[in-house]
Amino acid sequence: MRYEAVIGLETHVELATQSKIFCSCGGHSTKGEPNTRVCPACAGMPGMLPVTNRRVVELAMRAGILLHCDISRYTTFDKKSYYYPDLPCAYQITQWFHPVCRNGSVEVTTKDGTRTIGIKQIHMEEDAGKLVHDDWTETTLVDFNRTSVPLIEIVSRPDFRTADEVMAYLEKLKTMFRFANISECEEGAMRCDVNISIRPEGTEELGVRTEIKNMSSLSSIRRAIQYETARHLDAVERGTETLVQETRRWDDVKGRTFSMRNKETAADYRYFPDPNLMPILIGEDWIQRVRDTMPASVEEKTAEYQSKGLSEKEIASLTSERALCDLFDAVTALGREPKDAASWILTECGGLLRKHGQVMGELQIAPGKLSRIMEKVSGNEINRAAGRKVLEAVLYEDADPDAYCEAHNLGAQGDADAVRQVVLKVLDSTPNAVRDYLGGKKKAFQALFGGCMKELKGNGDPQVIRALLEEELSKRS
Amino acid sequence: MDILDLTAVELGERIRKRELSAPEALEAVYGAFRARGRNLNAYAAFEIDPARTAAEHAQALLDRGEASSVLAGVPVGIKDNINVRNCLTTCASKILRDYRAPFDASAVRKLREAGVVPAGTLNMDEFAMGSTSETSCYGPVRNPWNTGHVPGGSSGGAAAAVAARECVCALGSDTGGSVRQPSAYCGVTGFKPSYGRVSRYGLVAYGSSLDQIGPLARDVRDCAALLDIIAGPDSMDATSVPFPDSGFLDALSGDIHGLRVGVPEECFGDGVEEDVRLCVEAFLDELKRAGAVLVPLRLPFIRYAVPVYYILATAEASSNLSRFDGVKYGLRAAHYNTMEELYTRSRSEGFGKEVQKRILLGTFVLSSGYYDAYYNKALKMKQMIVDGLAEAFGRCDVIALPVSPTTAPALGSSLSDPLKMYLSDIFTVPANLAGLPGLSVPCGFDRAGLPVGAQLLGAVGADSTVLNVGHAYQLATDWHKRRPRDSEEVSEHA
Repeated sequence: MRYEAVIGLETHVELATQSKIFCSCGGHSTKGEPNTRVCPACAGMPGMLPVTNRRVVELAMRAGILLHCDISRYTTFDKKSYYYPDLPCAYQITQWFHPVCRNGSVEVTTKDGTRTIGIKQIHMEEDAGKLVHDDWTETTLVDFNRTSVPLIEIVSRPDFRTADEVMAYLEKLKTMFRFANISECEEGAMRCDVNISIRPEGTEELGVRTEIKNMSSLSSIRRAIQYETARHLDAVERGTETLVQETRRWDDVKGRTFSMRNKETAADYRYFPDPNLMPILIGEDWIQRVRDTMPASVEEKTAEYQSKGLSEKEIASLTSERALCDLFDAVTALGREPKDAASWILTECGGLLRKHGQVMGELQIAPGKLSRIMEKVSGNEINRAAGRKVLEAVLYEDADPDAYCEAHNLGAQGDADAVRQVVLKVLDSTPNAVRDYLGGKKKAFQALFGGCMKELKGNGDPQVIRALLEEELSKRS
Repeated sequence: MDILDLTAVELGERIRKRELSAPEALEAVYGAFRARGRNLNAYAAFEIDPARTAAEHAQALLDRGEASSVLAGVPVGIKDNINVRNCLTTCASKILRDYRAPFDASAVRKLREAGVVPAGTLNMDEFAMGSTSETSCYGPVRNPWNTGHVPGGSSGGAAAAVAARECVCALGSDTGGSVRQPSAYCGVTGFKPSYGRVSRYGLVAYGSSLDQIGPLARDVRDCAALLDIIAGPDSMDATSVPFPDSGFLDALSGDIHGLRVGVPEECFGDGVEEDVRLCVEAFLDELKRAGAVLVPLRLPFIRYAVPVYYILATAEASSNLSRFDGVKYGLRAAHYNTMEELYTRSRSEGFGKEVQKRILLGTFVLSSGYYDAYYNKALKMKQMIVDGLAEAFGRCDVIALPVSPTTAPALGSSLSDPLKMYLSDIFTVPANLAGLPGLSVPCGFDRAGLPVGAQLLGAVGADSTVLNVGHAYQLATDWHKRRPRDSEEVSEHA
């Protein structure tokens, strides 16, 4: 008999908000020394009250729109109770009864084709803190920085059949969410619970389901799915063990899952509506506003860049990061040519980042400064090599392009008279090379050219130098 | 005349006229606490240094002419479950015994800004759970009219202190009657505003959908003056409501001509002590004499109010009190081997019996399998009560009823019969379930000399109407001016 895996995903995504979900502490979970991003509210001090950050609701709506969900007109926050030291109130504020989005779908493409994965719901919730175990003193410390950082949880339908599909789905969510400024999707900012069962192909009834909790790396998720599917197969086909509905954890070192708790010992979370937070009513106008202010999708940007004459490769590179698109759009809006802008961003900036051991995603430059450099080069004020030098200074010393050029005496080479003086000096000081060239040894030109460049400290425009050299040599023939 | 016999508004006037200073007013209150404090056990703590700083600050505001409130310079006692920055805020619980609030509750912040002086924290039932103020970790509060009796609860310390002239006026909290019922038992005036009228930010939560901070004072004018300061929307409390009206003191005209007073049949029948009934009926007569029209009402659903209240309040409490786990602040058990033991021992040692009982009850009604049978059903019943009361306010402007079916019971008699104690909340919990404003005014004494309180309820937002009816009554009567003999004397007779 052939079996198929039935896999569903619960994906937690940390939202890119300035502040936490229910207080005004900074929202970024990975920044700051322990317990520096915490206030009486997110530390659960007596008498504190949560107040909903509207931005969180809007980003959740944005995710819902991207995943073709119905946006709820009435949505509530509920309390989920359990004791753990990283949960200061001993309840998590989440959405249980009326999640913000329902009934969506997303298409995922693997080598086996394209399939549609159903989205059951998206809900908002707060993250918990972190426990830090100190083996040296045998103590456990709590870091509340991550407490109340906003998350959305995307609950898929059990529509996945292979680990490949799961990978393609997660990659797609990542790109989508980064691109729409919903989440920065950095390491650890996306965590998954995976539900797995198996059944004979062609049947409908679901087998015994296990859930693997809290994995954040794609490779762990893939390996865990493969391991767990094989474990189920062994149990069903060879009777190696009896499967029970339970929650398991993935041990990345040992490469296996192990049982955390089963149904009998499952926690009773005692969900009930949080009386401190009024139900949120979402009107058509609010949804429309979220739609209107939503950044263009990858598809829309691709079409736009095609019409501007960019190559497939350039488009793919630019649309890999929202920030690159924003930079490109800003630079072209300042009047720079699209092709030229793409080349400066991808080739020049990209080259410098690589040289400094960075990746494209780390690029940070004021569009005005990049535009100014491009303007100087295209206007022959400086040559491209000099432009690159200015760019490096702008990127790594926060230099101003004009001030930098002046301070480093760049730009004079645009002045033909100055270059001509250099050319004449070189010709006068190397009569042998001049004689060789005039005698027919065309290679000598290269030596003369190099001499000029050296004299100009590499800042000369090659075309200008070449033209002047030829002009002056012809005078001496 | 002893300045502690003055109402808050009168005292404020003398301070404004520079007949005495804010620090002098504070020292008078502190002196009364020192002289008689231990007798009634009305205070949880009286930290004089921060109070003196606040009084000096208030005086500075007055001197610069920046104190607009009529209560500027007046000391106000604060119930021990309302955060006062850097002061002990313990909810009369062992689990928070040394806890100091890191910030002011919004209501306290507003008091300070108005030049009012937070002075001393008042004893209460542990975490506001109780109707007698006997469950405090500091020991029971005694009723100044008869120290063998309870002062009511949970704001029993506040009511006893105001009645005994150990404080001028106070802020309490009312989840199921905790301001109104002790006010009635101690013969003072207490007001629970409409839900959302006063920010709950900084009030340690019991039942979040029911809690409301409210004033306890000598008369309606003092309550209105305090409400003027503490009311208003607050961005820190998502349930605070921007009601359009304000200026409660100014709105007290005392004119209730043609005003319709609903009289629910159910609240004057079986189970109500005769003396209480007679006093409240006399109260109704007085309103009639002042020009009000009495409208007979039937509120049959009122008998569901207590069970609905105890399900919802304990459910919310079980969640609100789960943060007291020994991990972050408050009491932590000295000995534990596992995480589980840290929790169970800290909570078992830190919480008193009544609190544990309510946490268990609340946990039960929220458990999977019981949620629909209890919590969800209670929510539906609550809606029925809300609708029923809203409908009643179509036929009347205020509803008049007793605060409690009895006067203050003897110390120790209630906790031994908790069901009876819970059932005695029947007349106060409807206002919390429906978010209505509720006022308790003294309206006489029973044959044992214990005060009786009459209650006035208004529609949501009609706080001003309710206060004005109470004021009209106090213009015509002087029950609110009676004071207990000094507690030392009383205790001799007890």
